[in-house]
Amino acid sequence: MAVLLLAEVAGGALATDAVAKTLTAVAPLGEVHVLVAGQGGDAAAAEAATLQGVSKVLFAGDHGFCHMLAEPVAELVVGMAGTYSHIVAPATTDAKNILPRVAALLDVMVLTDVTAVVDADTFERPIYAGNAIQTVKSGDTVKVLSVRTSAFEAAGAGNAAPVEAVGTTASTGLSEWVEDKVAESDRPELTSAKIVVSGGRGVGSEDDFALIEKLADKLGAAVGASRAAVDSGFAPNDWQVGQTGKVVAPDLYIAVGISGAIQHLAGMKDSKVIVAINKDEEAPIFQVADYGLVADLFQAVPELTDKL
Amino acid sequence: MKVLVPVKRVIDYNVKVRVKADGSGVDLANVKMSMNPFDEIAVEEAIRLKEAGKADEVIAVSIGVKQAQETLRTALAMGADRAILIVAADDVHQDIEPLAVAKILAKVVADEQPGLVLCGKQAIDNDMNATGQMLAALLGWSQATFANKVDVDGDHAVVTREVDGGLQTVKVKMPAVISADLRLNEPRYATLPNIMKAKKKPLVEQTAADLGVDVAPRLTVVKTSEPATRAAGIKVGSVDELVAKLKEKGVV
Ligand SMILES: Cc1cc2nc3c(=O)[nH]c(=O)nc-3n(C[C@H](O)[C@H](O)[C@H](O)COP(=O)(O)OP(=O)(O)OC[C@H]3O[C@@H](n4cnc5c(N)ncnc54)[C@H](O)[C@@H]3O)c2cc1C
Ligand SMILES: Nc1ncnc2c1ncn2[C@@H]1O[C@H](COP(=O)(O)O)[C@@H](O)[C@H]1O
Repeated sequence: MAVLLLAEVAGGALATDAVAKTLTAVAPLGEVHVLVAGQGGDAAAAEAATLQGVSKVLFAGDHGFCHMLAEPVAELVVGMAGTYSHIVAPATTDAKNILPRVAALLDVMVLTDVTAVVDADTFERPIYAGNAIQTVKSGDTVKVLSVRTSAFEAAGAGNAAPVEAVGTTASTGLSEWVEDKVAESDRPELTSAKIVVSGGRGVGSEDDFALIEKLADKLGAAVGASRAAVDSGFAPNDWQVGQTGKVVAPDLYIAVGISGAIQHLAGMKDSKVIVAINKDEEAPIFQVADYGLVADLFQAVPELTDKL
Repeated sequence: MKVLVPVKRVIDYNVKVRVKADGSGVDLANVKMSMNPFDEIAVEEAIRLKEAGKADEVIAVSIGVKQAQETLRTALAMGADRAILIVAADDVHQDIEPLAVAKILAKVVADEQPGLVLCGKQAIDNDMNATGQMLAALLGWSQATFANKVDVDGDHAVVTREVDGGLQTVKVKMPAVISADLRLNEPRYATLPNIMKAKKKPLVEQTAADLGVDVAPRLTVVKTSEPATRAAGIKVGSVDELVAKLKEKGVV
């Protein structure tokens, strides 16, 4: 039996880092076939074929699979499910939208945000905002799971797997795509960046968030935010790090004006080195920080940007 | 149009979770429980649809232990019209899996014929983020998850969703399942008079067995453990010291 990996495609390009990390997670489970869906995904399919651990790429190029709408993509995956022991994807918002639908259509449970593959039936996943780790064994015939990519290293490239076309046409009618509002940015993507600089409510305003962005740009880092910063309109929703935002584990995470609520820690506490800058020495963020600086961010952040 | 809002009783989001020493789970005895925060947002959205004349009735439904009555009373105090409790467990430590919850909800949908199910995106206890999508699959309905803005207009709804790249807007055919994200609205507090009134609103009870749904779990919990703890860090006295430490570590 083999593994079917639903590829993440963003803006027409393969989300290579997310797919490569998922490949590492599922490598012990058997041969992996990567499914790329959506018209115009030829380049993404070709890219997927270069990743180590891929034995075959399946490309479903119908226009109706574009934008990864859950209803047609779930139907596509279910139609192909027959020969697979596992159906997997990186735990992106697309996969979180699609995989539970796939699982229910197959009458099996879904396992979301898997952080370790113990064996073919047994997996670890965090619960309660990462305050507990559950080891669960699935009794279902097909295992449907999303992988928390921050827990795995990326598989390498240099492969040349065959690409096969899948002729399935998408069913339409239940939902249609209207528009995407995606900010273009030259910064690294949050979940694959080596360094992340995040700002919280303490930053105070959207204008002052420029301080965070300047420090990030000096370091070639991605920018993150707490929920409070996003709710207050200082930062866009896709910068939110945490239990219900993005989960990151960079080499360096710098939290500025963030108190360290458990819901925020859930998204960053596996970072290799954590720095916290906060004027309140009692802030819980200092309990997870390797280096804590008790200071006013309006002085400390420009000084840090200068001296790096 | 009726709107069905599934609400889950979960550990309050402010409570520090404790893993039981024997690895059998987390300790929920005598712990403060509340409505799942995302479900408060879903209830609020449903009430606003009613206030805007787009819904006639808001029905809250919860699946779990008998104590979930309190959660439903909260939904009623916020403004839901009536509530349904499906008792599916006796032990507060037994979590009903999203697939079973979705199957129960599908039965409730068949009975009540709502035009919309508005649920939370994720329960903050199991962090599954699955039930709404599973329900939509079982019903063959459209789905719009992680909603940040919902505009119901006759036979369809236009929903803006919070996604990894930013925001995505989709148009879904009704009936639909929509799941609420954090920024959809700010839920109201129940006022004292409304809490009193809620006590008189109808709350009916059924069991999973009444509905003929098997809630036996598909996943066996082998163990529950503490996450790895981080080694204690240090406080640095100045930006210069911080820069020196980061260079020493080789991360900048
Ligand atoms: C269901 C649910 C899901 C959630 N999901 C998430 C999530 O995914 N991500 C997330 O982040 N949160 C999430 N939260 C919210 C979380 O509980 C906290 O409310 C949030 O993380 C607080 O953000 P903050 O630290 O920026 O703000 P605050 O807690 O207000 O902290 C601001 C900090 O800034 C410091 N400060 C102020 N001024 C300065 C200054 N001049 N210099 C230095 N420091 C200063 C203060 O001392 C304080 O510590 C969620 C909550 C719920 C209920
Ligand atoms: N036991 C339950 N009773 C009522 N609603 C539930 C229950 N479990 C899940 N839900 C709904 O489904 C959403 C997602 O939950 P989950 O899939 O468990 O993360 C929640 O926000 C609720 O709206």
